[in-house]
Amino acid sequence: MIIAIASGKGGTGKTTVAASLTHAWPNPVVAVDLDVEAPNLHLFLHPEEAGRQKAVIEVPVADESKCTYCRKCSELCQFAAVKVLGEVLMVFPEMCHGCGGCIAICPEGALTPGERELGDIIWGKAGKADFIMGRSRIGEAMSPPLMRQVKTKLAQIAPAGADVIIDAPPGVSCPAVNAVMDADVIVLVTEPTPFGVFDLGLAHKAFAPMGKPMGVVVNRAGMGTDEVYHFCRRNGLDIFAEIPYDRAIAEAYAEGRIVAEAVPAAGKILTALAARLRSFAGDDGAKEASRV
Amino acid sequence: MFEIVVLSGKGGTGKTSLTAAFAQLAQPAVICDLDVDAPDLHMLLKPEILRTESFQSGHEAVIRPEDCTNCGTCGEMCRFDAVIPGDDAPAIDPLHCEGCKVCVTFCPANAIDWQLRTCGEWYHSETRFGRMVHAQLYPAQENSGRLVALLREQAKELARQRQIPLILSDGPPGIGCPVISSLSGASFAVIVTEPTPSGRHDLARIVELCAHFKVPVGVIVNKHDLSPARTAEIVADCKAKGLFLLGQVPFSPEVTEAMVAGRTIIEHNQGPLAQQVKEIWSNLSTHIKNAQAA
Repeated sequence: MIIAIASGKGGTGKTTVAASLTHAWPNPVVAVDLDVEAPNLHLFLHPEEAGRQKAVIEVPVADESKCTYCRKCSELCQFAAVKVLGEVLMVFPEMCHGCGGCIAICPEGALTPGERELGDIIWGKAGKADFIMGRSRIGEAMSPPLMRQVKTKLAQIAPAGADVIIDAPPGVSCPAVNAVMDADVIVLVTEPTPFGVFDLGLAHKAFAPMGKPMGVVVNRAGMGTDEVYHFCRRNGLDIFAEIPYDRAIAEAYAEGRIVAEAVPAAGKILTALAARLRSFAGDDGAKEASRV
Repeated sequence: MFEIVVLSGKGGTGKTSLTAAFAQLAQPAVICDLDVDAPDLHMLLKPEILRTESFQSGHEAVIRPEDCTNCGTCGEMCRFDAVIPGDDAPAIDPLHCEGCKVCVTFCPANAIDWQLRTCGEWYHSETRFGRMVHAQLYPAQENSGRLVALLREQAKELARQRQIPLILSDGPPGIGCPVISSLSGASFAVIVTEPTPSGRHDLARIVELCAHFKVPVGVIVNKHDLSPARTAEIVADCKAKGLFLLGQVPFSPEVTEAMVAGRTIIEHNQGPLAQQVKEIWSNLSTHIKNAQAA
């Protein structure tokens, strides 16, 4: 089965939950860091690297000597990555989404496939668990293409039958949607503060139309207000777990430790959460890593 | 006109709570929330919306089944796995559709419509600290970078009209599209980090991004007392890279209390916490004045 750990608001504890769940997971599991802009899961799981590869996206390369300035490419491109200005053909590879349209439509063969580097894909073992992450190149604007390639690599490296725990990026726009769209169950990690509850509402709105089982982990429970519980009740969202507001947990995180391992009380909560999430696997409906 | 954007790399380090306090201290400034995906600044500044505009950007492909011959061209050419095969006609999954128009262009039956997407709303508002420009991207939408660019243009226009010398923006987390759009061409980036492995790791990435765009940075270590050892590492990192350390803020439940009350840290607290934040602002404004004089 595939579990996505998402949040809306950043810094609510996605990585804490993902690292601890990986640690507490009773079955073979692959931990996947899809927060490629700010990947942090490896800082807690300390994986031993088994391999890495560069991820690239196809972008056009121009051979202006063949260009007749017919403008078919610039009329097609929706991202201002190819422009014909008078009798000048210009390519802006940083803007390109890699759709391949300009190369396909050019009648003269003046545009051919080249590459832009998206970042790295790194994989290995973290204890018993398998691990894979994407890390975007500094200056790269687009996360979803790298995320898609991490998922492709995941399908190749994941042991047969392994479950998958995805650490998603914050927010509710395209990167977050890309991280949760393949999941069997979505875990929304929030904190009981006004910002936490507002962004939980945004995440709920963004992900609910996918029709997947979804529930909430209230992190730092005891701070802020009760509004998060009212919100969950009103919207029929189950509370999968509550992790108390505890300075010992914050300090364990600050030391780079897996909270479930470092703080026994939190360990119990996260083991129970793992069991609860396992119950969503069902008999046959759940996906395996190979089907991401 | 000086444009400050508050960033962090890692989310949840305290950007918004600090930006709200700075907005109070910075007056007169145009305030801007560039985290259009998960905006929170309005919860502290309680803007009264003066003007609402819809944000339309990009298109999405929609197949007309009655005209489709199910030839399969769209599915073959789509690089984004957005075409879901069907017995009579395929359909486009809007979550996967990148809006590239390849299927529309190459469909031999001309059976694919090209519809404008409405991605969100943006607002001009009044707050107790001055005018504010902000937005809400609709959930699961794209083009946040374009919406960020639009907000920055609106903020600049407002600052020009009212002869306000400063724009103060709360930025998005991460280092991708909306952050690049917030950062490129800005005058100064305030980076809020926290003494955790994640905070330190993501600080290094956002600092490198700022260097890439040649935007000078100042660093704030929030919740510094959570781990004195990690704070010392971050301070050492900053020194090694020659980064301007604006100051440190202690971990305090009062930050959440202020949030619950819908107030800034310095409206809520008159003690050492508020004092620290004021000192940071004072360091920042001195730095800006020196930078402008130079």
